[in-house]
Amino acid sequence: MNLDSLLPNLGEWLRGTGPDSDVVVSTRIRLARNLAPYPFTNRATAAQKTEIVARFQAALAAADIDPPLRYVDVAGLSPLDRQFLLERQLISRELATVLDGPRGVAFDERESVSVMVNEEDHLRLQVMRSGFSLDEAWAEIDRVDDSVEARMAYAFHDQFGYLTACPTNVGTGMRASVMLHLPALGVTKQIDKVFRALQKINLAVRGLHGEGSRAFGDLYQISNQVTLGKAETKVLGEIKEVIQTILQYERQTRQAMIKERLLAEQDRVARAIGTLGSATMITSEETMELLSAVRLGIHLHLIDDLPATTVNQLFIHTQAAHLQKIMGTELGGEERNAARAKYLRSKLRELGTPPR
Amino acid sequence: MKCQFCDNPASVHLTDIVQGKKREMHLCEGCAREHNLIPDDDPPQIDLKALLHLLAATPAAGAAGGKADPAALTCGACGLKYGEFRAEGRLGCPHDYETFRPLLEPLLERIHRAGRHGGKAPKAALRRRAAGGADDLTSQLKAAVAAERYEEAARLRDRIRQKEATDEPG
Repeated sequence: MNLDSLLPNLGEWLRGTGPDSDVVVSTRIRLARNLAPYPFTNRATAAQKTEIVARFQAALAAADIDPPLRYVDVAGLSPLDRQFLLERQLISRELATVLDGPRGVAFDERESVSVMVNEEDHLRLQVMRSGFSLDEAWAEIDRVDDSVEARMAYAFHDQFGYLTACPTNVGTGMRASVMLHLPALGVTKQIDKVFRALQKINLAVRGLHGEGSRAFGDLYQISNQVTLGKAETKVLGEIKEVIQTILQYERQTRQAMIKERLLAEQDRVARAIGTLGSATMITSEETMELLSAVRLGIHLHLIDDLPATTVNQLFIHTQAAHLQKIMGTELGGEERNAARAKYLRSKLRELGTPPR
Repeated sequence: MKCQFCDNPASVHLTDIVQGKKREMHLCEGCAREHNLIPDDDPPQIDLKALLHLLAATPAAGAAGGKADPAALTCGACGLKYGEFRAEGRLGCPHDYETFRPLLEPLLERIHRAGRHGGKAPKAALRRRAAGGADDLTSQLKAAVAAERYEEAARLRDRIRQKEATDEPG
């Protein structure tokens, strides 16, 4: 499979639609599963890992999962292609850069369902939805999990539930995360208060790329920490409740911004578009920060003619691997910053969008 | 309350219960960071490896295994030693959950504030549970006695009795 064919598509998580998409970028649920007869990935031999891949592929062929998933051998990919899949959130940083040996990922055309094989656990099933959509995401991953389980014996323990390599995942093996765009809470410095409240109730907050990554462009992922003791739907219900509160906060703050400092906000958005459209060198971090202001401007109706999906497209296309694929050549750091600026200039000129 | 390592006010409080004995730790944020209980860049999250080290370093940890040094405890299936798990934070195979059960239970209690799965189960496990529950428990009991895991054996014996009592009318 030539991964370049994915390039023009946005992928499910950047579709920019779905419930509450003015604040919620995407919803993701993953399940960690292991096959009963094998040691966990960190102690499995290369031969065992190959066997696990083969058994998963056989199960996949027999399971007739809807939508159909296609398997990509990650071990056989170039570092650029691995980075490309990572940027599209189809694989983890672990699978892309840290782990070795036989491993891969199966995903569907819309990039909404994916299964990583031989990550920290033998299988990491994942479902993505754009917008705030925990119930739908759960219904889908539950179904995919059932059809895989019918063909492979999972390691399951009556007391401890689904057994995982790390005890922090044992039980449901479920991590549900909701990605939020919180620029107003960021600008008004209220974000820390929100996060302190979240930690008290055992929800984790992370930046865009999961564990240990810093928040760029006001994008935050909120996810459950606890996997043992509660039913999946109960955990999802708790997350839902919290997210509703944060949504309310963010929207109120946005409205207050419009009322109290309309001119300053218009200026901030105009400057962001100005910089994006005229810089000759720009880092990916700065691009994300500026796109965050533009995205907010769209939702505050300060810009009319730029659709939110365009921001998402600029967002993904300016990341390192995507950029290099678009330019058709490998680029070092400085060259990348120049190429990114060039890409943004031409895209924004094409769109011809002076702020109102 | 003061931090137990220095005189600053304690803002991180850990409580765990090992074999019925409650143990509390009170640290200031600085000392908690120093002991790596809080990773530097991230919002405070429990760091599993650091937690394991701290549990091992405090006196009550030895009691959990019933033996002097649980580090040497080895899984017959994958060969992982408990000490290796403590250093790496990753288990080696599904059997480890049985082999290290007395040591894992307090850890899971600390991480999840729960000790028993409350979510979905594979259809196969449900069928197994419905069909041969008692037989399965009996073989688990034999294994526990053979391995001198008496507490687990007692627990299994109680479950078998309970099951026999409820099954009787059928």
